[in-house]
Amino acid sequence: MAEFEPKIVAFVCNWCTYAGADLTGTSRIKYASNVRIVRFPCTGRIDYMLLVKAFDEGADGIIVSGCHPNDCHYTSGNFHARRRWIMFRSLCDFIGIDIRRIKFSWVSAAEGAKWADIVNSTVAAIRELGPYEEYQKVAKKPVKEVING
Amino acid sequence: MDELIKRAKELLEAGTVKVVIGYENGSADKTRALFAIEPKDADKLIFDSRCVMNLATYITKAEVKGKGKMAITATLPVMRAIIQLASEFQVNDSNLLVLGITPESKMIEFKDLAEVEAFVHKYTIEIEAKYSEKLEKLDKMTPSERWSFWIEELSPCFKCYACRAACPMCYCHKCTVEFNQPQWIPVPSHDLGNLEWHMMRAIHLAGRCIDCDACYNACPLGIPLNLLTKRMLIDAKEHFGGYQPSIKADHLMSTYKPDDKDNFIM
Repeated sequence: MAEFEPKIVAFVCNWCTYAGADLTGTSRIKYASNVRIVRFPCTGRIDYMLLVKAFDEGADGIIVSGCHPNDCHYTSGNFHARRRWIMFRSLCDFIGIDIRRIKFSWVSAAEGAKWADIVNSTVAAIRELGPYEEYQKVAKKPVKEVING
Repeated sequence: MDELIKRAKELLEAGTVKVVIGYENGSADKTRALFAIEPKDADKLIFDSRCVMNLATYITKAEVKGKGKMAITATLPVMRAIIQLASEFQVNDSNLLVLGITPESKMIEFKDLAEVEAFVHKYTIEIEAKYSEKLEKLDKMTPSERWSFWIEELSPCFKCYACRAACPMCYCHKCTVEFNQPQWIPVPSHDLGNLEWHMMRAIHLAGRCIDCDACYNACPLGIPLNLLTKRMLIDAKEHFGGYQPSIKADHLMSTYKPDDKDNFIM
């Protein structure tokens, strides 16, 4: 089997991080191709269940990212999301889900380089942790071999 | 509780309320909910240490609510639940009269819900020592030990949803587990289905749970599922500065502060 390529799902908001990731591309900054980006209108729309579902479907790591505080397109979506993340992260930790596999960040539309950094560092960290076998054993989904990320 | 029976009879005879919710003797030395509609039904009312079920769970039910104004015998956790439900616009002064039972087993009749709130605020919500010990023990474990602990503890769950039925805060007409487009929670009670159901329950109760342990008392298998909600309660206290149900206030997860502190967002 080839070297382990982590599968990362990124849940990002349309207005900041998605635009930031776009900037990473237009600025021709290279970053790991392990990430699958899912675009949401706002971080406030990112239901915690979606994160759980990503693990169910065999993700090894998750990135959740949106606008910096006070920059939300809808004024307060990210503030609500932050409260939810605080509680959700703590619940995950309490249940024993490896919280090193869930990264939360604020990436603005101007932070193309930060996005590349976040993806690269997450991929490196997850590569070190290996596949999330503990969860996949419970989810009982056949783990398909990942072809080149 | 002669006083309680007397007052319940008076209320029903005068027609002030249409139903009095209280406890009566059930089978196998257990208590169950009593819905007294006729004054003579009130004779069956009891109150003792076996009455641990949270009666507030009934005041949001259409079958009970539909009868007209309700009166409820409420211990402290029930009163807390009532206040939380009032803040979520589920009950109000026009459809509920509270016959409170203090922790010293004295009856007090409250004029309105604001009075109930004032009474409830005299007592802070404290996690019992036996539970904080358990929580501490879990906190000391490594994440993968905790993972095995929970998978093991949740494995007997067969999703009877007694925890949901017993919880006064679980009043949605259609619960997430009943949605199948998309299927959020796997229906079978295998490890994944159980894990997701209990995670969902805990997160939906974050900032709303009033720590009455009704879910734990209702669980036929004795799964310590109240540890999850207790953890959420402690976290709410730690991060958002305490929690006490209040009619006027938004609950913790539907509001925010621009300077909420976190230490993990990059």
